Amino acid sequence: MSREALVNALLALALLGAPLIAAAQDEPFYVALASRVAILALAGVGLNFALGTGGMVSFGHAAFFGLGGYVAGVAALHAFEGSPFFAWPFEIGGSESMVVIWLVALAVSALAALAIGAGSLRTSGVYFIMITLAFAQMIYYLAVSLPAYGGEDGLSIYIRSTLPLVDSDDPLTFFLVCYALLLLALFLVHRLVDSRFGAALQCARMNPLRLATLGIAPFPVKLAAFTFSAMLTGLAGALYAELNGFVSPAMLSWHRSGEIIVFVILGGVGRLFGPVAGAALFILLEAFVGGWTDRWQLVLGGILLAVVLFARGGVIGLLAGKARHD
Amino acid sequence: MTDAATGALLELKGLTKAFGALKATDGVDLTVRHGEIHALIGPNGAGKSTLIAQVAGGLAPDTGRVVLLGEDVTGWSVARRARLGLGRSFQVSSLAWEFSVLRNVMLAVQARSAGAWGFWAPVRKDEALRAEALGVLDRVGLTLRADDPVAALSHGERRLLEVAMALALRPRLLLLDEPMAGLGPEGTKELTAFLARLKTECGMLLVEHDMDAVFALADRISVLVYGKVIASGTVAEIRASAAVREAYLGDHLHGSA
Amino acid sequence: MSAAFLIEQLLNGVQLGVMLFLMAAGLTLVFGVMGLINLAHGSLYMTGAFFCAWIAGETGSFWLGLAGGLVAAAAAGALIEILVIRRLYDRDHLDQVLATFALILIFSELMRLIFGDRPLYLDIPGLLSGAVPLPGGGGYPAYRLAIIGVGLAAAVGLYLLIARTRLGMRIRAGESDREMIGALGVDIRTLYTAVFALGAGLAGLAGGLVGALQSVQVGMGEPVLILAFVVIIIGGIGSVKGALVGAVLVGVTDTLGRVFLPQFFGLFLPASEATSVGASLAAMAIYLLMAGVLAFRPRGLFPVDV
Repeated sequence: MSREALVNALLALALLGAPLIAAAQDEPFYVALASRVAILALAGVGLNFALGTGGMVSFGHAAFFGLGGYVAGVAALHAFEGSPFFAWPFEIGGSESMVVIWLVALAVSALAALAIGAGSLRTSGVYFIMITLAFAQMIYYLAVSLPAYGGEDGLSIYIRSTLPLVDSDDPLTFFLVCYALLLLALFLVHRLVDSRFGAALQCARMNPLRLATLGIAPFPVKLAAFTFSAMLTGLAGALYAELNGFVSPAMLSWHRSGEIIVFVILGGVGRLFGPVAGAALFILLEAFVGGWTDRWQLVLGGILLAVVLFARGGVIGLLAGKARHD
Repeated sequence: MTDAATGALLELKGLTKAFGALKATDGVDLTVRHGEIHALIGPNGAGKSTLIAQVAGGLAPDTGRVVLLGEDVTGWSVARRARLGLGRSFQVSSLAWEFSVLRNVMLAVQARSAGAWGFWAPVRKDEALRAEALGVLDRVGLTLRADDPVAALSHGERRLLEVAMALALRPRLLLLDEPMAGLGPEGTKELTAFLARLKTECGMLLVEHDMDAVFALADRISVLVYGKVIASGTVAEIRASAAVREAYLGDHLHGSA
Repeated sequence: MSAAFLIEQLLNGVQLGVMLFLMAAGLTLVFGVMGLINLAHGSLYMTGAFFCAWIAGETGSFWLGLAGGLVAAAAAGALIEILVIRRLYDRDHLDQVLATFALILIFSELMRLIFGDRPLYLDIPGLLSGAVPLPGGGGYPAYRLAIIGVGLAAAVGLYLLIARTRLGMRIRAGESDREMIGALGVDIRTLYTAVFALGAGLAGLAGGLVGALQSVQVGMGEPVLILAFVVIIIGGIGSVKGALVGAVLVGVTDTLGRVFLPQFFGLFLPASEATSVGASLAAMAIYLLMAGVLAFRPRGLFPVDV
C-alpha cells in the first residue's frame, strides 16, 4: 500500500471512529462536529476536482453550496406549510424526503454550473476567478432579495427530512449518511481522475494547447468537470442546511467560497483526501482554538500563509510526500 | 483524403494577418503535396511562427483560406484540425508537464483512438494504449526514457517526444516547428534519417533553421521574408535564386556543395 | 422627482466612484506592474480608516487623522510587501489569492486586537460640515464634494506621476516588460515596494475619507474590495485611466440603481418588497455591467497590452 493510500485509510478511519466513540460516550456535540467535517469535506471534494484536478480556480463555489442549502430549506418550508413551490403548469410542492432533496440539489447545482461554466470557462487566470466570484455574488444578492425565503435573515428548517428505514433525526445516523456520501464521492472522484476523462482533464489543467493539439477540445472537458464538481458541493450544501436546521445567504457569500478553497489547500490541493484532512483541520481549529480564543482566525490565517509560502502540498503533502502521477 | 484535383494535403491561399500596421503574413500561397517534405525557411522575424499558428488553428487569418485534406478549415479550432489529420510539434516544447514521457504519448494515442469521454476504466492499465505508445516511443528512440518525468528530458529529447506525440495521432500532414533545435550532430543525423523515412506515410511542412537538414530533406522549399513568400521551388532552384541569396541565405550558400 | 434630487444622486454616484478609484488605482497598478492579485487591499483601506479615526479621536484633528491614516496604510503596505508579497510575484494566481486571503484574516484579527471589537467613529471636520447650494434648489454636503475633489486631485496626481516622473516611467516600463527593466539596472525590489505602498496609501486615504460617512469597523473593506475588482476588470487590468472610468461607471450605476430601481419596482410591487428587490437588483447591476463590458471587450475598456 502506498504511503498516500495508508494516510487516506487512517483519515477515513479516524473520521468514522471519532463520532462512534463520541456517540458511545453520549456526546452528540462531537457527533455533529464530525458531521460538519464530513459535509465540508464533501464540498471540498467537489471544489478539489475542479481546482486541483482541472486547474479551474473557482472563487464562486459557495454559489453551489448555497443553492443546495436553499433547495433543502425551500423544500422543507413548502412541506411544512403545505404550499406549492410553483403551481403552474403543474404543481410542485415541498418535500420531506431526503433523497428527493438530494436529487433536486444535484440537478439545480448542475444547471447552475452549466450556465456559469458556459459563461466563464472560455476565460482563464484572474478573469476566471473574478467572473466566478461575480456570478456567485449575483446569486447571493438574489437570495438576499427574496423575502419569501427569508431574505437576509435566512430560512429555518424545522423538520429534518426523512430517509426510509432509518431515523434521520438521530445525530449518529445522520453522520453515517453524510460519511457514506463522502466515501461515495471520494470513490467516484478517484475513478474519474484515473480514467480517460481524468487524463484529459489533467492535461487541460497542465497545458490546454497541448490537449487541443492532440484533438481534444478543452472546453467541454472542463465544463463537464466543473458541473460534476458543482453537484458534489451542492449536495454538501443541502446536507449542511439540514444539519444546522438553517440556511441563509451567508452560505452563498464569497467568504464561504474562500473558506472552501482554504481548507482544500490546507489539506493538499489535488490530493484525493486533501479536502478531508483540510476540513478536519479547519473544524478542529474552529472548535478548539476558537473555544480558547476569539482570535482563532488569526491562527488560521497564519497557518494558511505558512502553507502557501512553505508547505505547498498541505497536510497530505507533509504526511505522504509529493503526488505521483504515474 | 487529399484534394482530388491537386493531390494536395495542405493549401494556403492568400493568407494575410496584420498586427496593427505590421503585416506578419502578407498574401501567402503555399501547397504541401502527399509524400513530400515542404520546408519553410526565412530569417528571424519573417513571420514563420505566425504562419504556423494560422495553419494549426491558434490564430485566425484576416483574409485567405487554409485548406487541409480538401476541407476549408479556416474557421476550425485546433482540436478539430487535429482530428482531421494534422499533427504538430512545437518549437518551444508544449507537453503535459507533470506526466511521464509514456503518459504523454498514451494521451496522444488515447486522443486518437478513444477520446476523452471514458469515465470508469483506469487509463494507465489499458494495455493496448500502453503497447501502442511504447511502439511510438520506440520509433523515435525514446524507449529508455518512457517512465521519466518530462522535466528530466533534455531539449533535444523533448523535441523527439513532441514528434512522437504528433505521430501517435497517425496524421496525414505533420507540421514540424524547428524539430532539430537542441539536437546535437548525432541527434540531427538520426532525426533527419527518421523524417526521410517518414515521408511516405505523411506529408510535412517543416520549419527549420538547420540548412543542412533542410537541403537533405526538402522536396520543395518556400522562403518567407517579412511575411511574403519571395521564392518557392526545389532545393536546386532555391540555391540558385539570386533573390533568396540576397534576402536571406548570404554566406550559407558560399562553399556549400 | 426633481432635478435637484437627480443631481444629488449623480453626485453621490460620482463620490462613490471617486472613492472606488482610489481603491482601484492601487489594485490595478500592483496587478499591472507586478502581476499580483492582492485580496488584502481592502484590509489596507480598513487600516487607514482605523488609524485615521483613532488619531483624529486622540488629537481632535481630522486632518492629522487623515494624514496619519494614509501613512499608516502605506507603512502597513510596505511592511507586508517586504515580508510576504514579494515572495508571491513568481507564484501562480491561486497562491496569491490564498496568501492575500490569509492576510485578510490576519489583518482583521489584528485590528480587533488593537482597537477592540466595537466600531470607531469619525467626525466630519467643522470646515466641511455645511452644505453647498445646488442648482435647482437644495444643498449638497460639502464633505462629499470635498471627497470628489480629493479623488480628482489624486487622479491628476497619479497621471502626472506616471506620465511625467522617472518613477512613473519605471512603472510604465515595468508594466510592459518586467525582465527588461531589471536588466536595465532599475532596482526592482524598491520599485515594487514603492508601487505597493503607493497603492496602499491611496486605499488608506479612501478609508479615512469614508470613515466619516460610515462607522469604522472590521470587515468594512471587503464589500469595497469586491467592487474595486469589478472596477478594474471593467476598466482593464493595469490601466489607471480604466480604473477611473470604470470606477465612475460602477459608482454611478450602483448609486442610481439603488435609488431608482426600488422606485421603479414600487410602481407595481408593495413598498417593502420593492425596496428589497430593487436593492438586490441594484447590487447585481454592477455584475451585469461587468458581464456586459466583458462580452464586447474581453479584456476591459482600456486593456494594457501585457
